[in-house]
Amino acid sequence: MIVCDITAFPKEIQVKDPAALSAARRPYGESLQMTGGAITLQAPEVWWSEMEHIRMPKVENVRLVDRSYSRRTQVGTLYLTATHTIFVGKGSEDRNELWVLHSLVCNVVKHKASQSGYPLLIHCKNFQVIQFIIPQESDCHDVYISLSRLSRPEKYEELYCFSFNPNVDKAEREHSWDFLDLKAEFSRMGLPNKMWHITPINREYRVCDTYPADLFVPKSVTLPVIVGSSKFRSRGRFPTLSYYCKENHATICRSSQPLSGFSARCLEDEQMLQAIMKSNPGSRFMYVVDTRPKLNAMANRAAGKGYENEDNYCNIKFQFIGIENIHVMRNSQQKLIEVSALRSPSMGEFLLGLENSDWLRHIKSIMEAGIFISKAVAEEGVSVLVHCSDGWDRTAQVCSVASVLLDPYYRTIKGMMVLIEKDWVSFGHKFSHRCGHLDGEAKEVSPVIDQFLECVWQLMEQFPCAFEYNEKFLISIHNHVYSCHYGNFICNSQKERKDLRIKEKTHSIWPHLWENKLDFMNPLFKPEQSQNQGLLRPSTAPYCFKYWRRLYNRFDRELHPRQSELDCLMTIKEETQQLEEELALYEQKLAVLDKERAKTLYMQKGVLDSKQPLWSLPLDTTLANTPQDYLGGFMGGAPNVFTLQQGERESAELCLFGDKPKSSDADNSDQESGVADFSSHSSGEESLPSEDSGKDPDSDETGPNKA
Amino acid sequence: MEAPGATCLRSGIRICAVLFVTNNSLRRKLEKLSTFVSVTASPWMEVAIKVAILIQICLPSVVKSNNGVEETRKWRCQVSCTAQNIMEFAELIKTPRVDGVVLHRPFMPTVEGTLCLTGHHLILSSRQDNTEELWLLHANIDSIEKRFIGSLGTIIVKCKDLRVIQLDIPGMEECLNIASSIEALSTLDSVSLMYPFFYRPLFEVIEDGWQLFVPEEAFKDLESMTDEWRLSEVNKDFSVCPSYPSLLTVPKDIDDESLCKAASFRHGGRFPVLSYYHKKNGMVMMRAAQPLTGTNGRRCKEDEKLINATLCAGKRGYIIDTRTIAVAQQAKARGGGFEQEANYPQWRRIHKAIERSNVLQESLIKLVEACNDQSHSMDRWLSKLEASNWQSHVKEILTTACLAAQCIDREGASVLVHGTEGTDSTLQVTSLAQIILDPACRTIRGFEALIEREWLQAGHPFQQRCAQSAYSNGKPRSEAPVFLLFLDCVWQILRQFPCSFQFNENFLIMLFEHTYASQFGTFLGNSVGERVKLQLSQKTVSLWSWVNRPQEMERFLNPLYEPNNLVIWPSVAPQSLLLWEGVFLRWNRSTKCLDEAYQEMVHIIEYNKELQNKVNSLRRQLAQLETEDNPLQTP
Repeated sequence: MIVCDITAFPKEIQVKDPAALSAARRPYGESLQMTGGAITLQAPEVWWSEMEHIRMPKVENVRLVDRSYSRRTQVGTLYLTATHTIFVGKGSEDRNELWVLHSLVCNVVKHKASQSGYPLLIHCKNFQVIQFIIPQESDCHDVYISLSRLSRPEKYEELYCFSFNPNVDKAEREHSWDFLDLKAEFSRMGLPNKMWHITPINREYRVCDTYPADLFVPKSVTLPVIVGSSKFRSRGRFPTLSYYCKENHATICRSSQPLSGFSARCLEDEQMLQAIMKSNPGSRFMYVVDTRPKLNAMANRAAGKGYENEDNYCNIKFQFIGIENIHVMRNSQQKLIEVSALRSPSMGEFLLGLENSDWLRHIKSIMEAGIFISKAVAEEGVSVLVHCSDGWDRTAQVCSVASVLLDPYYRTIKGMMVLIEKDWVSFGHKFSHRCGHLDGEAKEVSPVIDQFLECVWQLMEQFPCAFEYNEKFLISIHNHVYSCHYGNFICNSQKERKDLRIKEKTHSIWPHLWENKLDFMNPLFKPEQSQNQGLLRPSTAPYCFKYWRRLYNRFDRELHPRQSELDCLMTIKEETQQLEEELALYEQKLAVLDKERAKTLYMQKGVLDSKQPLWSLPLDTTLANTPQDYLGGFMGGAPNVFTLQQGERESAELCLFGDKPKSSDADNSDQESGVADFSSHSSGEESLPSEDSGKDPDSDETGPNKA
Repeated sequence: MEAPGATCLRSGIRICAVLFVTNNSLRRKLEKLSTFVSVTASPWMEVAIKVAILIQICLPSVVKSNNGVEETRKWRCQVSCTAQNIMEFAELIKTPRVDGVVLHRPFMPTVEGTLCLTGHHLILSSRQDNTEELWLLHANIDSIEKRFIGSLGTIIVKCKDLRVIQLDIPGMEECLNIASSIEALSTLDSVSLMYPFFYRPLFEVIEDGWQLFVPEEAFKDLESMTDEWRLSEVNKDFSVCPSYPSLLTVPKDIDDESLCKAASFRHGGRFPVLSYYHKKNGMVMMRAAQPLTGTNGRRCKEDEKLINATLCAGKRGYIIDTRTIAVAQQAKARGGGFEQEANYPQWRRIHKAIERSNVLQESLIKLVEACNDQSHSMDRWLSKLEASNWQSHVKEILTTACLAAQCIDREGASVLVHGTEGTDSTLQVTSLAQIILDPACRTIRGFEALIEREWLQAGHPFQQRCAQSAYSNGKPRSEAPVFLLFLDCVWQILRQFPCSFQFNENFLIMLFEHTYASQFGTFLGNSVGERVKLQLSQKTVSLWSWVNRPQEMERFLNPLYEPNNLVIWPSVAPQSLLLWEGVFLRWNRSTKCLDEAYQEMVHIIEYNKELQNKVNSLRRQLAQLETEDNPLQTP
């Protein structure tokens, strides 16, 4: 069943049917489901070159540290394969396995040696943080070097999507790329029509190599006008249509900044904008929205770039919306991640950290830009041209947020996929650079699409019934944007993907998500509901922007509600569906019986009421029954009962007294009682040994449960 | 329709009530009368009108009743018993009625109508049948602000439930009169003038809430599990401990005399008593006030014996002091202190840092200010939220409660909880620990019983604590949102275990409202002793009498509830603790979409149940038919 013969691969996994592994325990469950049990490598030559980087394929007696309870560790074996880091816990019956894709690894850090070994910290792009403790320094170093190299591929061919090969035939793979059709999306909007058509000008990517081949422009503009306009725009990204509102003919167009400098102008570009405005017969002007802060835009003028001069363009209203650039956003998210990864922070540390990261302020500014545009289109019926500098980051964010606000279709699963495919993938959002798929310029990395997904999440919080999908869908997309598991988010433009023959060599994510769409459904979705008709009008009061715990603390299970309303409702809905089917079946049967026994019909009039058991709730009882570290580390970690059954719990109790710290706190003036001031717990935690080595001398005497 | 109680009508008493009667035909009748009265007005009539204002709330019941005579009698009885107070109210209400007042509320249409002041309510009615009337208890008003633009006055009314409304009143004098009346009426000192003493329910009391949760019943439950405890009457006349109830559960082996001695060693006489018995392992949680060790380390053998009596042989217990060690040390100088290790060798003390009540009040004021900040800057919001410290208090209280629960359930040790007075942070901890440990406390009845036991009987001074809320201008005396913080913590656990509670968020919000202003007597007074003196159970209606009616209960039921017999351990990480928007942002946002989502959830669940019933009944029908047909049909 397993095609490859990988020496570095753990035996256990080779012989085991991966389908039998509990997918839930593996953060990367999807990958094996897709493989259908087989892990094959398509490009062995690449794979062998990867193997060279693996200095240490297997390390025994590695400890996996539970991030939330540092005292809880699991011993097991660490394997490095060409594509994954795998940790297999040993001992316990339900074996804990941890699979981490190399492409998801953001960075690897060695920490100072501790008593138990050499800690290795792996930060992932999906915000997972994994800590191993490796007994030997040399092993730790080898793993570190290998992982550092493996997580920073130099060539596209090294990426996982080129070796990932689910058991599907060629036709099926090709079909997977046809799952979304942007032409169909434009025709859903009502295009082409008498005002707008597809221009063939960029078929060969000659006018703009970062744009897609098919672009909508007003019918009235001639090819020379397009070429002229593109020459006046950064990287040739001339104004083109992103969204068309059938009802009032208003459009959202996008471009890059004009090369206006301090005084330059371009007749073709002016004609272009004029044509866009005119193709919306209902309005007498159009908005030009520059999503940058005014200062940034002005600075660009010195470099011969800049923004539209209202005097040169007829009937435009120019508007700055201050969204910060990718560097500010990268730093902001870095700070946010640091805050989210704080271990037992105080409330103040967390809130101030959140504030200092400025993350929510940035989200708010993107949302406000989206609201401005959506209102212009829906309420004023005015077309909008959006640009930033290059028109592939902020412009993509703002156009897509506005689209979600405007059009209920983008609030459906399929619509969201289409939107990402259209405004992000096809319009040349530089996924490879922004996500750091390849080893390269760190300054190009920025969480631009994270911010878009988060804006949608913030909207979902305000409009719980308006979205067909739930947050798991967004998180799944986020994961796959970074995972390089599928070809969709590889490269920086459509042209690059074509040159790399992505469609022939890799698989598309969308059919995979579509197959699993039951997991992504929002049970509260009401398509017919009034709030879901047309424009969403979100509030932008500061308290409406919340910290997205499910994303940033995705892997910290203990931080999330122990019972999920969402899961619960999904179960109920599923059951309801079954009941409906059952009901139909019974009614049919009864009808048949009735026909046959029309005479005895009257006998059925008695109504039988029965008390039915309610739905079975998907309550994770083991998790619900796990206390936290309420003493912030002092309690010696919560009792290690994570996987124990009810009966075993009693015996697993840890002794509270036994883990009393040797306190020498300055404010612990109560010498007589010998009790530490537990109020200052969070500060003392870091210095605690990670093992039960700090036993108090009098623990036997003071621990009533010892016996 | 003939208005009942013609004699009363003749005396002119009911005339002012005309303003508030929604029944149109009756209103017209009464309106005619009122013109008549105003023509023949006399000093006596004036008083009568004030009486009518005072008791107007009784009117609907009079009107709606089929048995007019009896109701009228009840009502007259009410008039006579309150006659002595009438003049007080009458003096306070200078302008009982103003026309053309405009009411502004966020996220609601403005209403123009007639404003009326009565003894206990501020009422605004547009006098149209389909518009909602505003009925605001004076007791709910926290503070008011006046503004004038020309002769148009504006009163901004800030309520204890955190709502802020604006009333535009034409006429400077009227506005001033109304404002001063509101100020006076909302700060009445005498408890016996409070609305619960005047309120007569419009519903039939089926189950008297005053009789629902008596200590004897609770003790019977305990007796069925253990015989280590007894019910002591030592505090029968509230002399040993004025803030304790008359019946207390104490270890069986400790006699009343020892209790008295222990009481003299504890702040306010609050000697250690049983708070909770953990059935699973027989461990207990007790609560008390701080011991009065003072600077010279006083000790009390009886106190030591009392708490040691709760330990099993060879076992140790924990004393959770809700104060930091520094605060506890300082308390020594004022005669308080903490249990010295030497005198309590079987106990290990843990200090936590739950703030004292004045700090909490300040925190609430800051939080509400942050929530009402209209500036749309993200930074200001987060730093103000942080600076309020509210969420930190929530975290600290929850953490302490979890710790107590962990000691009991996981360490198998008994716990004694106290702070300084044992009436605030102590109760927060003991009651939250029970919610974590005991599934019964997560039902509606169980939660009511918990509030009754751990808050009302245990002597949390509700009246002092809830005298003012977040908009109070004056210096706080002993106001503090101790109970609100408790509710917030419960809400946090509810968010984390949305299927484990029989009640929903509305239930908690309702309780918050009623602690600050209510037509029910439940939260009046500061202790059982005070409540007995006030004769609340005879003179007022219990909140529980109302809540437990099936019609009302429906609003408070959590559709997702599935009894969960496990201990539920909440996360106390800052990432997991949320701002309780249902209370703090309640009036600052439109809840339309959230309400729709809730309705949809209810709908999904109800539809599921309905289908289940249908399927079941069909299944049975089929089975029946098939067995009947059996010889004939073989599928």
